[in-house]
Amino acid sequence: MTAKIEGLKTKKKVLENPPQTIQIKIQRRERPDKSSYWETFEISYRRNLNVISALMEIRKNPVTKDGKKTTPPVWDMSCLEQVCGICTMVINGRVRQACSALIDDLLIESGSNVITLQPMSKFPNIRDLKVDRSRMFEHLKQVKAWIELDGTHDLGPGPRMSNDEALQRYAYSRCMTCGCCLEACPQYHDNNYIGPQAIAQARLFNMHPTGRMNMQERLEGLMGEDGITNCGNAQNCVKVCPKNIPLTKAIYETNRDITLNVLFGWLKK
Amino acid sequence: MAVSKKMKIVVVGGGLAGLSATMKIAEAGYDVDLISVVPVKRSHSVCAQGGINGAVNTKGEGDSPWKHFDDTVYGGDFLADQPPVKRMCEMAPQIIYLFDRMGVPFSRTKEGLIDFRRFGGTLHHRTAYAGASTGQQLLYALDEQVRKYEVAGKVTKYEGWEMLSLVLDSHQVCRGVVAMNLQTLELKAFPADAVIIATGGPGLIFGKSTNSQTCTGSAASACYQQGAKYANGEFIQVHPTAIPGEDKLRLMSESARGEGGRIWVPRKKGDKRDPRDIPESERWYFLEEKYPAYGNLVPRDIATREIFQVCLDGYGVNGENQVYLDLTHIPAETLNRKLGAILEIYEMFVGDDPRQVPMRIFPGVHYSMGGLWVDYEQRTNIPGLLAAGECDFSIHGANRLGANSLVSCVYGGFVAAASAVEYAKNVERKETETNGIYDSEIKRQQEINERIIKSEGPENQYKIHEELGKWMTENVTVIRYNDRLKATDEKILELMDRFKRISINDSNLWATQALPHARQLWNMLELARVITLGALNRNESRGAHYKPEFPERNDEEWLKTTIAEWSAEGPVFSYIPVDVSLIPPRKRDYSKPKEK
Repeated sequence: MTAKIEGLKTKKKVLENPPQTIQIKIQRRERPDKSSYWETFEISYRRNLNVISALMEIRKNPVTKDGKKTTPPVWDMSCLEQVCGICTMVINGRVRQACSALIDDLLIESGSNVITLQPMSKFPNIRDLKVDRSRMFEHLKQVKAWIELDGTHDLGPGPRMSNDEALQRYAYSRCMTCGCCLEACPQYHDNNYIGPQAIAQARLFNMHPTGRMNMQERLEGLMGEDGITNCGNAQNCVKVCPKNIPLTKAIYETNRDITLNVLFGWLKK
Repeated sequence: MAVSKKMKIVVVGGGLAGLSATMKIAEAGYDVDLISVVPVKRSHSVCAQGGINGAVNTKGEGDSPWKHFDDTVYGGDFLADQPPVKRMCEMAPQIIYLFDRMGVPFSRTKEGLIDFRRFGGTLHHRTAYAGASTGQQLLYALDEQVRKYEVAGKVTKYEGWEMLSLVLDSHQVCRGVVAMNLQTLELKAFPADAVIIATGGPGLIFGKSTNSQTCTGSAASACYQQGAKYANGEFIQVHPTAIPGEDKLRLMSESARGEGGRIWVPRKKGDKRDPRDIPESERWYFLEEKYPAYGNLVPRDIATREIFQVCLDGYGVNGENQVYLDLTHIPAETLNRKLGAILEIYEMFVGDDPRQVPMRIFPGVHYSMGGLWVDYEQRTNIPGLLAAGECDFSIHGANRLGANSLVSCVYGGFVAAASAVEYAKNVERKETETNGIYDSEIKRQQEINERIIKSEGPENQYKIHEELGKWMTENVTVIRYNDRLKATDEKILELMDRFKRISINDSNLWATQALPHARQLWNMLELARVITLGALNRNESRGAHYKPEFPERNDEEWLKTTIAEWSAEGPVFSYIPVDVSLIPPRKRDYSKPKEK
């Protein structure tokens, strides 16, 4: 956007004395069976760039800082307003969406003019910054993250609920399956653990009056070897979640539900 | 390749329309191949913010589906065929209830009912919402239902595949599609008894817009180039309130005004004071002044033109192309609850807190009212090919009302599903008809790919795209002049010529984005001509299409639907009547309450 209005107070720190150029250091990989390597690109500084616009600039004319012609870096992007989750990558060591990673902020934080971009490390790397997160959608199948309907024909409205209840569910329902929580989780590697996102989605449906009717099945999906007991309570997930989803609360409450519903239910049998 | 005996429907696109159709078809017991360029949960529908319209009349304002229908037709400046609009408005409350049952966390009244807010172009509280990320919430609900059918084996998803073309038999009947795997570049034919295109809008033709990067209009353009009629292409909605950015224009939902947000500029040109220091009497609330009945909630085409004009006249904030959208008079708690998601977007990308400081916004390309021509059952002119959602032309006429897109996507998807099943049940499946057509279409697409890959010219496809976007935004959006439209078409022809000399600049073809982008770019250029020439031909002003040289709506000559058909020499235009059988056209006037 255009220059700040004079005298306007803003929460945001403004980058003083911006550099002439910025360097974008990218961890690249040609294809899954090849090893990774680094390439650095240089672009001239402009105000209000984000990581996506920097990558777009590089893509137009892929030449490294040393003048070597190379292939254009590959990355995923779509909505560019942090609701689709697709452009997630590791930026200056921290997992986040590239669209909302503003270059000025990164330069202020790091105090340098170099920005490093890496693909998420916990998912299969397709090429450059692109990864395959399809397993996260498989996890949603495992916890039956949906409401069972009698049919989509007209049966009137759903159950009434208070706005507070709706708001609590809304907080979980904003999860965009970006994978930040899994990338940051020290327990998660080689797809050994279903992870915070799926547990929070199970919680989302277990909180719904209709969804609750299938709570047992949903909880069973969390009781296998890759289930909820893998959580080591490091609480990294909740720190990196771009939607501020109360992931640790979901894990705590789901654990409680498992104890109450499954164990006691099982004893009753 | 033989068509399997079992009935199969292909749905292209996994946004609201595509998933609605998929869910209905799977529920009816038939198999679906669902093709999408991105995992469906990441489709552009996630960007819809404000809500979904349906006349539930929770507030006791005497709202009704008929009033919703009248508002929609009036807001669309009478260019929409009316019967499907009426049907949609009648279905809208049921659609909202269905999403409620699927678990969408709609905001609630104190009695626990679904709450409704106001939106543009109506005087009723008619918009159900889930915070300010309603599109995301509705999309997720459908994604969940479709996942259930995926587990049950009814739906097979092909995510990361891009449709390149239709497979047509010798009678021009659609028998499936050819799509490309975006990692391996493998081409595959998807035979089908019916195909539903639900691929969204073409915002990327304008370079920067509020649309996602997937909104190229490429698939709809491919259908057009294979004989599907494209209707009302010249009607492009420019949303009044977006945040300008380097990579895109980020939407600032109409719900901000629905909840009481006010648009203003300083009365004194170039006033450099902090907006909070400018007293009420020195602020110009130009929409409220000119349109006392609707105020800040006039339809988008009108709000956009007014904001544009105010800036052209030099009243833009700081002398620049921006006006204030002010929420600071509303309690922060209310704002957080009702608009949290969009305020976060503003804070994230601009850095100011809109609870404390008025936002600075400017219009941005947002939505295409035009699209593939469909009949009242969502069928295109190609037998076996249907369309639903933003990529079809129906419902919105010359201007779409806010919160009508979500309902039209779901409605279109539902109708298309029933219609596709009906067609597929009755279509003849003769081997002789389909003998060899899949292989030959794959071969044709492979040749196009190889030609692009081998091309070693000096032109850069991303620069061509940028130039296209600049020209289209400059000349084919809010204010249109015939000489500039002509010049834009000449420019597009030049870009099409230069396209033939691009080099894709990527020697690594594994997961390359250069080849898909090149193919999308060509399709965008083809559609850009439809939009530009459609605008050039239409010598009147109606809804989003405004020409100062022809400032009035002219029903005598132009109450008709534009139809473009592809030819090698360029689009061929013809016109068909608009079905105004239910509500006689009348002049729009938002300065006073609507006459009935």
